[in-house]
Amino acid sequence: MIFIVIPILALLALTAVAVARIRDLWAAVMFTGIYSFLGASWMLILDAPDVAFTEAAVGAGISTVLMLGTLALTGKAEKPTKFKLTPLIVVGITGAALIYGTLDMPAYGDPKAPIQTYPNPSFVEKSKHDMHGLPNVVTSVLASYRGYDTLGETAVIFTAGIAVLLILRKNNEEDATA
Amino acid sequence: MISFPIIRVITKIIIPYILLFALYVQFHGDFGPGGGFQAGVIFASAIILYGLVYGLPAAKRVAPVKVVEKLIALGLLIYAGTGVATMLLPRIKGGDATQANFLDYESLNHNISWLGPLSGQHLGIFLVELGVGITVTAVMTMIFYAFAGREPVTE
Repeated sequence: MIFIVIPILALLALTAVAVARIRDLWAAVMFTGIYSFLGASWMLILDAPDVAFTEAAVGAGISTVLMLGTLALTGKAEKPTKFKLTPLIVVGITGAALIYGTLDMPAYGDPKAPIQTYPNPSFVEKSKHDMHGLPNVVTSVLASYRGYDTLGETAVIFTAGIAVLLILRKNNEEDATA
Repeated sequence: MISFPIIRVITKIIIPYILLFALYVQFHGDFGPGGGFQAGVIFASAIILYGLVYGLPAAKRVAPVKVVEKLIALGLLIYAGTGVATMLLPRIKGGDATQANFLDYESLNHNISWLGPLSGQHLGIFLVELGVGITVTAVMTMIFYAFAGREPVTE
C-alpha cells in the first residue's frame, strides 16, 4: 500500500509546484488535469469511488476543457512577474497554520473519530432494512434520509448553470432563435 | 481535430462505452458506487468529447441547445415533483392510510399495480437520482456550449 500512496502524494505535490511555476498556460492547464487525475486516484485509495468518479470527470475532464476554451479566447503565456517576498510569507504562514490544524485531527480510519460516531452510526445498521434491501448506504443517506438537502443541491446546480448561461451566452443569440 | 484519423476513429469507438458507463453509474447507483451527479458529468463528458473532436455544430446537432436548456429545468422538476407526489399519495402502513411528508418515499410503495410489488424507496431514489442526472448533464453541456461558442475578443 505504501508503495502506491507515497508516489501518488509525491506526484501531487510535484504537479502543484509545476502548475505554480510554469509560464506556458497551455502546459499549466494540462498539469491541472494531471493533478485532478492523481487526486481521483488518491480518492480511490481512500475507498471513495464516488468522489473519484466526480474528480476524474469534472476535474480532469470537463474543467480542463473549459480552461482550454478560455485560453483560446485569451493569451497563451503568462506575463513574467517579479519575485515578491510578502506573498511568500503570507502563503507560508497560512500553510503552517493549516498543517498545525491537521495535528489535531484523528488518525485516518479511527473508529472513535467524530465523523464515525456523531451522525448516528445506526444509519449504517438500519439503512438496508429501511431501504428495502438497497446496499449502498451513501445513496440511501443522500437520496432518502437527506433527500431534502439533495433537492437543495440540485437547485444550486440549476441556479449556477442558469447564472453562467446568462453571463456567457451573449454571442449565442442566433442559436437560441434558430 | 476531425482531420486526425486516429482521434476521430478512437472517439467514435469509445463514446458508446462512456455513455453506457454513465447509464450504469446512474441506474446502478443504489447498488454500487455512483449516482445522479457522477452519471451526469460522465454523460456530459461524452457529449463534450464529441464536440471537441467533431466541432461544436456537430455536437449541437446531437444535443440541440433548445432541448438541453429545457432539460436543466426538467431534472429539478422531476426531483421536486417526486416530493409533491409523495405528499399527495396516501402512506399505507398496516391497513390505514396516513399523510406522508415531502420526499417520504414510503407512500410510493406498491402503488403501480401493473408492475407488481414495488418498493417505494427503490422507486423514489430512482426518480430523484434521475432528476439529478438530467440536470447535471444539461448544465454541464450548456456551460461547455457557452464557453466553446464564444468568439475571441479582438482589441
